[in-house]
Amino acid sequence: MVSSVQTETKLICFHCGEECKDNSIREDEKVFCCQGCQLVYDLLNKNGLCVYYDLNENPGLNQKEKLRSDKFAFLDDNQVKQKLYSFTDGKQSRLTFYLPQMHCSSCIWLLENMHKLNPAIITSRVDFPRKTLDILYAEDLISLRQLAELLTRIGYEPHISLKDLDEKQIKKVDRGRLLRLGVAGFCFGNIMMLSLPEYLSGGAITDLNLRHLFSWLILALSLPVFLYSATEFYNSAWQGLKQRFLNIDTPIVLAIGITFFRSAFEIITGTGAGYLDSMAGIVFFMLAGRIFQDYTYQSLYFDRDFKSYFPISVCRKKNGQETYVPVSDIKPGDRILIRSHELIPVDGILFYGKALIDYSFVTGESVPVEKTIGEILYAGGKQTGGELELEVIKDVSQSYLTQLWNNGIFKEKTEKRASFIHALSRHFTWGLLGLALFTSCFWIIRDPSRAFNAVTAILIVACPCALLLSATFTNGHIMRVLGKNGLYLKNASTIEALASADRIIFDKTGTITHGGSSKITYEGSVLSPSDKQLIRSLARQSNHALSRSIVADLPDSLPLQIASYKEYPGRGAQGLIGNRNVLLGSSDFLGIAAKKDADFSKVYVQIDKNISGCFMIKNSYRNGMEDLIRVLRHKYTVSLLSGDNDSEKNHLIEVFGSADHLSFDQSPEDKLRYIKKLQDNGHRAIMIGDGLNDSGALMQSDAGIALSDNINNFSPACDAILSSDRFNDLPRFLAFAKAGKKIILLSFAISLLYNGIGLALAVQGTLSPVVAAILMPLSSLSILTFTAITSKLSAKNIGLKLR
Amino acid sequence: MSAIFILLGASLVVAVGFLIAFIWSVRNGQYDDDYTPSVRMLFDETIVQPKERAGGKSTTDNNKNTN
Repeated sequence: MVSSVQTETKLICFHCGEECKDNSIREDEKVFCCQGCQLVYDLLNKNGLCVYYDLNENPGLNQKEKLRSDKFAFLDDNQVKQKLYSFTDGKQSRLTFYLPQMHCSSCIWLLENMHKLNPAIITSRVDFPRKTLDILYAEDLISLRQLAELLTRIGYEPHISLKDLDEKQIKKVDRGRLLRLGVAGFCFGNIMMLSLPEYLSGGAITDLNLRHLFSWLILALSLPVFLYSATEFYNSAWQGLKQRFLNIDTPIVLAIGITFFRSAFEIITGTGAGYLDSMAGIVFFMLAGRIFQDYTYQSLYFDRDFKSYFPISVCRKKNGQETYVPVSDIKPGDRILIRSHELIPVDGILFYGKALIDYSFVTGESVPVEKTIGEILYAGGKQTGGELELEVIKDVSQSYLTQLWNNGIFKEKTEKRASFIHALSRHFTWGLLGLALFTSCFWIIRDPSRAFNAVTAILIVACPCALLLSATFTNGHIMRVLGKNGLYLKNASTIEALASADRIIFDKTGTITHGGSSKITYEGSVLSPSDKQLIRSLARQSNHALSRSIVADLPDSLPLQIASYKEYPGRGAQGLIGNRNVLLGSSDFLGIAAKKDADFSKVYVQIDKNISGCFMIKNSYRNGMEDLIRVLRHKYTVSLLSGDNDSEKNHLIEVFGSADHLSFDQSPEDKLRYIKKLQDNGHRAIMIGDGLNDSGALMQSDAGIALSDNINNFSPACDAILSSDRFNDLPRFLAFAKAGKKIILLSFAISLLYNGIGLALAVQGTLSPVVAAILMPLSSLSILTFTAITSKLSAKNIGLKLR
Repeated sequence: MSAIFILLGASLVVAVGFLIAFIWSVRNGQYDDDYTPSVRMLFDETIVQPKERAGGKSTTDNNKNTN
């Protein structure tokens, strides 16, 4: 058979790089996929900003979705403006916009050249890692609303949320930590330099003047380290002690303190050189480790609550006038207008309009609910029909949706389980304290003059800094590798939570299924419009997911009266409409022999024996979902919590193994309680969800992972954000987190070797500063190298990308 | 021997100078954004920076300090 080879030339939009389907627009020999993209090109072209297209290929953002003309109307409100400004003198104002769409160097170039688009903009400056634009503009020439609209027109819609108004959301860098590291580094380097003569002279410099000068200078240089750089450890240890918890920083503070005071004593009395070089080095390396570990994704937000989702303003109708007011100003009794695709921000009674509310955001239920006048609409629903008028019955802070956040879990910063590092350090410390006690008894009996030296030396060696170092650097490597592979962790303790979990709980809608509608194709006899109306009327009666997909796919029509309707659960439905008999269902329900197809669900239709066909509905499950769950089931108990109804139960039982692991019709609180119950029974749970309805469960779980199609989109408060195209790599991520624990333990074992040598000397009371000075950096550096190499290797073995 | 004292003093002065420069640069915000300036310097045209800038904390001119 000769197959005809088709050479397809895809037309790519010059602006956004998406494939141009039909009715593409041409201008200046360039192709555009839609009018929006063409308009942006025109605007940039007119203002001589086409360098934008030279820097990167097709850098633009798709403009197919049109902006509602009054979306930024609230920016005309003075109160809102004042809250957003970081500076204003009435003529010039400065503020920072968060622009999540920013993605390449072209974006930076265009946004920093905004003044060419509109002379009212004085300067604009991009902070790419945070995806923010700091903008200074002349207020009398352009309003804030026009500014936001201009940004939106070129494709960068600013995201302004209710939370921005309450507090400044733009993240600030922790400059203090960097300063402490710099100071520690400076002192460490100089102390090492000044100690060198002493190492080389074999322990004691013969020239007394020089020896004094060197040791006093070292003491002076160690003061900033002791009093400033190490404060972070003091704070953390104190916090731990206040909560009656001996964390790893406590023994470290003990060691730092003893080292400092013993060395200061030696230097002042002129009896020795002290170990200040080791102390400065330890502090420096540990601070570097902390900074390396606490790597933050500056453009991602892990702590969003409902306020970030809610519209910032709503249209209030008063005395026949429509004005935009901040949502927080809405009071019970107000009339508000909700337009199509707007979120309802407060509970209210439907007063006018046809409501078709999509609550998937809150409950996970995927089908819009019809509401009639007089019914209560709860906050969080999205209107999918036309315009609505509501009478508000509750404040925004007391509405149904926000009640979830009044749950205790969101109030207190719950201390998640303590890391095994702390437990390990505790054993380590107690062991060494015991040894110290034993040694001191021994020396007091034999030679009391050496007791002091021996005991303090042990306590100095007892510092579990090697353990801390191995943990921080390993965690830093793991977070980076996971980030490169699409799993972004909030902090390092999430790694351990992932590694120690034994339960995995999935949400259904949006998590194991795709967001959006499913694709439907039809095969069979040609359907006339009236046939379609018949099928739609019948399918409307059923609550089954497949019927609902068919209803959504067929053109809108008036539902017809059904004379006799019968539903056969799991098989199909039958109805008599007018004088025509309509059957809808599986192949065996209609008595047709057909093959099963894994990718499609088939619904057969028959009208009066003469018309028959088949709807092929593409599964809305994510690709590879079944395999993923099966793989995970080898090692974990996997369950499903769905806010949706149980129409897909049969198929899901096959995947999840047993009906015991499936729960349907779960409210957000139910989900939270489910996780809590598991934890009370001693399990550790990973929750994977996507919507606001999962946020309670995500928060309660040991590791809450929010799945997102676009990581810069808005995901609920969680411990980690997973890019949905890497969903299938979940087992690998979990395996890698487990490997991390092994690496930490291994590198700790290596450091114990060094500690052993140091201890052997310390017990005998002969640990000289020179040996300490060599042991300390050697152990630190070898741990750094070891963690770097082993974490890269294990990532490679597991099959994760390193770049 | 006295040469050592002078050299020691000189080296410490230089070192402290660098420490002060470091502290100044951190406080100045030069470490806040470690990516954008690297892209910005590759753009052909320089961005117009009006001399008198109004408002709060000024963002830094990163092109000046290469040391």
